[in-house]
Amino acid sequence: MAHRHEVIVVGAGGAGLATALYAAREGADVAVVSKLYPTRSHTGAAQGGIGAALGNVEEDHWEWHMFDTIKGGDYLTDQDAAEVFAKEVIEAVLELEHMGLPFDRLPNGKIAQRRFGGHTKDWGKAPVHRAAHAADRTGHMILQTLYQQCVKHNITFYNEFHVTDVILEDGVAKGLVAYELATGELHLFQAKAIVIASGGFGRIYKVTSNAYTLTGDLQAILYRKGLPLEDMEFYQFHPTGLYPLGILLTEGARGEGGILRNALGERFMERYAPTIKDLAPRDMVSRAMYLEVREGRGVGPKKDHVLLDLTHLPPEVIEKKLPDITEFSRIYLGVDPLKEPVPVMPTAHYAMGGIPTTLWGQVIRDENNTVVPGLYAAGEAACVSLHGANRLGTNSLGDLVVFGRRAGIHAARFAKDADYHELSEEHLGASRERIERIKASTGKEKVAVLRAELQQTMMDNASVFRTGELLAKQVEILKELMDRYRHISIDDKGDAYNTELVEALELGYLLEVSEALVHSALNRTESRGAHAREDYPERDDQNWLKHTLAYKVADGKVAFRYKPVVLGRFEPKARTY
Amino acid sequence: MQVTLKILRFDPAKHEKPTWQTYQVEAEPWDRVLDLLHKVKADQDGTLAFRRSCGHGICGSDAMLINGRNRLACKTLVKDLGSVITVEPIRGLPVEKDLVVDMEPFFAAYRAVKPYLINEEPPPARERLQSPEERERFDHGTKCILCASCTTSCPVFWVNGTYLGPAAIVQAHRFIFDSRDRGKRERFKALGSGSGVWRCRTAYNCTEACPREIPVTELIEEVKRAILLDRF
Repeated sequence: MAHRHEVIVVGAGGAGLATALYAAREGADVAVVSKLYPTRSHTGAAQGGIGAALGNVEEDHWEWHMFDTIKGGDYLTDQDAAEVFAKEVIEAVLELEHMGLPFDRLPNGKIAQRRFGGHTKDWGKAPVHRAAHAADRTGHMILQTLYQQCVKHNITFYNEFHVTDVILEDGVAKGLVAYELATGELHLFQAKAIVIASGGFGRIYKVTSNAYTLTGDLQAILYRKGLPLEDMEFYQFHPTGLYPLGILLTEGARGEGGILRNALGERFMERYAPTIKDLAPRDMVSRAMYLEVREGRGVGPKKDHVLLDLTHLPPEVIEKKLPDITEFSRIYLGVDPLKEPVPVMPTAHYAMGGIPTTLWGQVIRDENNTVVPGLYAAGEAACVSLHGANRLGTNSLGDLVVFGRRAGIHAARFAKDADYHELSEEHLGASRERIERIKASTGKEKVAVLRAELQQTMMDNASVFRTGELLAKQVEILKELMDRYRHISIDDKGDAYNTELVEALELGYLLEVSEALVHSALNRTESRGAHAREDYPERDDQNWLKHTLAYKVADGKVAFRYKPVVLGRFEPKARTY
Repeated sequence: MQVTLKILRFDPAKHEKPTWQTYQVEAEPWDRVLDLLHKVKADQDGTLAFRRSCGHGICGSDAMLINGRNRLACKTLVKDLGSVITVEPIRGLPVEKDLVVDMEPFFAAYRAVKPYLINEEPPPARERLQSPEERERFDHGTKCILCASCTTSCPVFWVNGTYLGPAAIVQAHRFIFDSRDRGKRERFKALGSGSGVWRCRTAYNCTEACPREIPVTELIEEVKRAILLDRF
């Protein structure tokens, strides 16, 4: 079946819905293609807040937010992106409020704000209240509010449609192919502009806060087609995943006064970040936790985690401001945070890298910022690059509304002056062939087995700390897994709701993004932000103050090009807190 | 421990009507029912279809009938169920395959109550002000994850699929009691109609089924009262 819309957005999370909404407001005919029902996307799991220098609780300035973002990103952040972001996120938060978002309120009726990791006043002197929040469900509220507005604007949704191909010809984006889960039918989508907002890929790791569905599908599809992925070596581990599941416990818990403790009961962050302690950026806290465990001060029978202590906080703060994480602890661990500390460990959380774009979300194909006409990306799938080497907490929700809005507006305006491209049934061929091959295979390899091996080895060899030796080993493991992937077979040969087929396709994407990540990490011989090489422990601005563009040349072979970091008012400095 | 997992299976291409299938699964007491479904799919039968996404009670994908009650598979632990566990699709929506139901009727009811802030006054330069008490007034409804557990546990909804159902009414409540909203009369058209709140028989199934502990029945009662008071 064939469909036609001026702007087609892939993904119905925060970035996708923001894009769709603002494109519709520009007057474009907009559709959203999502592999889930709307409101099932992972933006809903974001808890703590959206950072914006509203200054509602205390003095704050967008310049401070810009500085914190750049320093937090270990100076790999493009400073033009940080400037646009820190200014526009204020307006974006106010617009969300106008759309009905139920922020928590201060006694004077203004939006409430709390502290968060790496957000400071006076250029790093002390923590600042910058995170606007709605209990510990801020992402859920943003997702619901944006979906409500999409309903109001009658935006078309193709739910449970799994995109299998982006049609790129002569360097131009022309349409999409998607597999309808309910029927097994392939659909052809003709579009003037396509926006990729399909989220991250935390499922490459065993312990992750990410949904089962976050498998990097569109990053992998574009990478296979010869487009680059930017800065994939920078993958964020969130310090407080619920042990051992990895379910997220918001940094807002530390923003409200929570303290990390080791087996000796020590507040160990005092040693690593004396100024802001437990509110240091995520990469630093995650590394500190690993080091505590490595030095024998871990908690539990395996001494493999630490504790998040909230017991000294007033019970009403925990019940009112952190209700969801309190419930998670009680349900999944039987631990009541009011009475005892919660076991936590770093959990794979957020891809700083992804599909490279301009400040208007246009996808670029090389280091000269050559735009792919008609193709856009926003949210975690994209890399503008706002987050640099390490994203500050709350900047993901800000990113998706600010750059989702920009991508939506630009895509709609581009579509106004563009024509539809001719597409034919032949464009379905590659997807059909891939699906039929998996269904017909009599190979002995199982999706769940290969996926578990991938997730375990990525955890062992390419997570918080890396070495050249381990990364090289992982390169070999990935080659072997990709070979074995050619021999997977599935039980389900049917057409209706063949979720096993979808999982098989997703495994292919997981392998591709892992390949880009591991090669990029092996290639970057320095430590910066979330990329901590034990064999190259120092940041090396001389050689590595630049963005990685990774290109797939063949399976197991990756080529690199580099893009300079956009500098500006803030000179790279040593990063201490 | 060994768990006997009985799942109501249905594949429109193979079955005339749903049939029970039994699996023996090795489980830990702290495993989620979702973990067991994943184990069956990985090791025993890849054709089993179910929805899931976040895996910790936030996305609302995996609402199903577990030991006779509507629950989220990711928030229900083996230790609270015993060694025989039955799993069926939620009731009252057409079954597409196994545990997957067609959600469109549910979302049609959602759309019918105009689930978005209605306020045509030009917004101020800064935020609209709202006191913490005004914000608290509609807090319950903001927790809803649209999982459909409440609506599909409601006997009225099973009998009459045109009833808007508890979830849609909760969504309406969330805006009717928001001090910033001006659209309650528009919502009352759908809510006060034959398929609206007056069909509710106060059975409390919805409140029991809600995985987010929203007092659904109470909110429905508040909407009924708001409509009645509006008439005078």
